[in-house]
Parts: sequence; C-alpha cells; structure tokens
Amino acid sequence: MIEMQDVWKTYPNGAHALQGVSVKIDRNEFVYLVGPSGAGKSTFMKLIYREEVPTKGQISVNGFNIGKLKPRKIPYVRRNIGVVFQDFRLLPRLTAYENVAFALEVIEAPKKIIKKRVNEVLDLVGLKGKAGREPSQLSGGEQQRVAIARAIVNNPSVIIADEPTGNLDPETSWGIMQLLDEINFRGTTIVMATHNKDIVNSMRKRVIAIEEGSIVRDQLRGEYGYDF
Amino acid sequence: MTFRTFLRHLREGTKNVFRNGWMSIASITSIIVSLLILGVFILLVLNVNAFADDADNQVQISAFLNSKVPQAEVDKIRNEIAMMPEVSKVDFVSRNQGLKDFKSKLGDNGKDLLDGYTEETNPIPDTLKVEVIEPTTVAFVASKIEALNKKYTDAPIFKVNYGQGTIEKLFKITRTIRNVGFIFVVGLGIMAMFLISNTIRVTILARRREIGIMKLVGATNFFIRWPFFVEGGLIGLIGSLVTSAVLIFGYRQMVESVSQDISLPIHLIPMSDIGLPIVSLMIGLGLLIGIWGSTVSIRKFLKV
Repeated sequence: MIEMQDVWKTYPNGAHALQGVSVKIDRNEFVYLVGPSGAGKSTFMKLIYREEVPTKGQISVNGFNIGKLKPRKIPYVRRNIGVVFQDFRLLPRLTAYENVAFALEVIEAPKKIIKKRVNEVLDLVGLKGKAGREPSQLSGGEQQRVAIARAIVNNPSVIIADEPTGNLDPETSWGIMQLLDEINFRGTTIVMATHNKDIVNSMRKRVIAIEEGSIVRDQLRGEYGYDF
Repeated sequence: MTFRTFLRHLREGTKNVFRNGWMSIASITSIIVSLLILGVFILLVLNVNAFADDADNQVQISAFLNSKVPQAEVDKIRNEIAMMPEVSKVDFVSRNQGLKDFKSKLGDNGKDLLDGYTEETNPIPDTLKVEVIEPTTVAFVASKIEALNKKYTDAPIFKVNYGQGTIEKLFKITRTIRNVGFIFVVGLGIMAMFLISNTIRVTILARRREIGIMKLVGATNFFIRWPFFVEGGLIGLIGSLVTSAVLIFGYRQMVESVSQDISLPIHLIPMSDIGLPIVSLMIGLGLLIGIWGSTVSIRKFLKV
C-alpha cells in the first residue's frame, strides 16, 4: 500500500531530511510517526502525498510510483489520500458543509451524491447540526472534525495526519483520536505524526520513530519512548 | 468538464469579483484608465489618418484661366495636361459651376455671403482641376502646367495653385502624428497589461493559501484556474464596457460640436463608421488583458 525503498531527501538548502528510509505500511494499519522536531516526519508524509519528490529511492502509494509521477497525474493520486493538518487548513469563507463538499466538487461528483455523502461524513464526525457555520464560528476541535470529514469524504485509502491534535486541549484531542480510530476501524490506513505521549502510550498502535532522517525504531503496539 | 462544473466556475468567478470588492474595483479602474487613454489615442490617430488621406486626395492643382480664352484653346491645353504621365485626371470647371460649387461647399451658413454675386459679377474664373497619381509630384506637375503658357502668345493661364508649401508641411505633420501615435498606442497597451496583471497578482497572493488547499484535496490546475479566468474576464469586460460608454459619449459630443463649427477646416469620422470597431476593440482588449493578467499571475502558485 505504502512502500519506501531506500528513500533519500535532500532539500535545495542542503538539509538531509531523510537518509535511506525503507518501510512498508499495509492496508488498514494505524501508524504513529514519532521523533524530535526536524527529524524528518513531515518530509516523510509530504513524500507520500507528493508535495515533495525523493532525491533518491522509490516510493509507491496505492501502486503509483510517486517519484516518477507526471505533474498532470498528481491530483488523481491525492484524491485517494486524505490529509489533516495541525492548523486545519479549511477554506475560510466557506461553511463546514461547503468545505467538505469542495473535495467532491473537485472530482465532479453529481450534486445528489455530494449532498448525501457530505451529510453522512458530517454526521460521522458529529457536526451534523453545525454544517452551516464558517470555520471562524467553530471551536478548534470542531474545525479539525471538519478537516477530517473533508479528508475522508472521498473514501481515500490513506489518511495522512500531521499532528492533528497539536493545537487542541487534551479532552478535545481524545475526541479526535476516537474519530480517527473509528475511521481506521472502517478500513482506512492512517499515518499520523504526533508529539502526544499520552495518546501514543494509551492507544497502542504501530510506532515508527524517526531521528535525523532515519528510522531508529519500528514497533507494533509500541510506546512513545521520549520525554517530550 | 461537465456543464454543471462549468456553471460552478462561472458562479465562483463572479462571486470572487464581489468578494475581493476593493481589489476588483482597483483592477477595473486600472483597466478603465488604460483603455481610456488607449481609446482616445486610437480615435486621434484614426482621425489624423483620415484627415491625412483626405488631404492626400484633395491635393489638386487648380489652373485658373484668363477670362477671354477661346474654348478651342481651352480644350487644347486640357489635352496637353492630360497627356502628362503624372496626371490622372483633368476636369474643366466653368466659372458658373465654380460659383455653384463654392456655394454648396459653404452650405447654409455661407449662403448669405455669396448671394450678392450673379453670373455677371461672378469673381471665380474658369478653372482646370488637375489630379495627379502621386501626391508628392504636384509641385513638379504645377511647374510643367505653368510652362505651357510659353506655347501660347496670350498666356491663357494666369495662375497655377496647389497650396504651395502648406501641402508639404501637412505631409510632414501627419506622418509624425501617425508614427508617434502608433508608438504610444503600443506602449500604452503593454503598460495596461502589466498594471492589470499586477493588480490581479495582489488578489491572488491573498488567496495562495486557498489554492494550496485546493491542490491538497486533489483539484486539477484547470479546476483551480477556471474561476480566475472568469474573474479576470469579467473584470476586463466591466472595465471595457465602462470605457466604451465614456468614449462613445465623449466622441459623439465632439463630432457634434465640430460639425457645428464651420470655422474648423476638419470633419471627424462619423460615429456610425467608428463606433462598432472601437467598442469591439475595447471589449476584446479588456477581455484579453483581464484573462491574460489572471493567467500569468496564477501560474506560479499552481506549482504546489
């Protein structure tokens, strides 16, 4: 499903973000990416949704060779990958409903299906009553739920989440984690970078630790393993 | 692209014009200003051109004859002039015809001035009107006609007139205006484009985050671009419509006031000849500038 073979990434400024990473993530897995800031977690994820290309090595996602992908094809690969960020990245002038519907408008889904599907996922993330609100009228946790709804509305096979609880208080974070767990249970692979020790240690999943651009630990049902 | 998606792009583009209220007004204003200057120049150049062409065609040599020249001699002179290789046409205008022509040229306003003249007191001589193939040869042809006098004992031609001096000056002036005007028009067109692409770039800069988000959810470049196309085109269209209205109104006023003033030796190209081409040109340019501006400005934000 996601496979990296000896992947290197060096940025134009000379920073070696990844140095020889090889990893395989199967369908339906839930993976935590842990490690110090600047260790390469974000680069790892950006390579998966093709915001960056590897300097060396091969990445395949859903059978696509990401490094060799033609720019024209990028949108189609991304439709099969949901992304969730620490800062939510919602379109500020659209309502919750419109933000989620946007991901379907992009793939030119029929209006009826859009309506049905958007209401479905808004219900799933627990925001049915707040569909008409704009991001500024929602709390942080609610905005993240909208972002998750947008990420899953296309039925992607993978969700990439870059510190999805980074801006949320502990209680709200748990709500988001339960939601991601539910989505994973329904069959979506989840790759999540996090600095949240409590979450990793209590909701045990596969843990991949990255330090200085290399994978230093890869454990099933692992623990956080850092003091920060 | 489905029709429904196309409608969505139209709707989004239109919405964006209103959402970016002040920036849109700034863009529209810069289009209006540039197109207006451009339009005024184009009108000026067109009229100067028409005036110059007119002047070219009016370059005519008038050979005034003495009053007592017999008809046979007149015909002979006429033939001799017609034989000259530079000459395209020779017309004999009798003194009565000349008076009539002059009256009609002055029109209603001049009627009173000439009412006192009858056929007997007519001050206008019989005239041979000579047209040349190449306007620049008039001076040469005029001297050749004058030289004909030597062949006849009674010197039947008393004066040859071709607007000496003024013709040459007019040629020079119109040529300069044409060239300078052309350079100005091209320069202003380019300037307008940069002005607009800059204004649209500012509005896009504010939206680069949005474009990034659209790309992340899998929007194709075309999907992102279309509403900007529509927005740019709409801004161009609004700008050019306002410009056209101002130009048409202003030009009509001018044509009217010029035609009422007989002391001016010019007449402007009538509205009916120039209106449609100018309006289509303005709308075409407006659309082009608007769409081009938005296309150029968005290009670099699509590489996410």
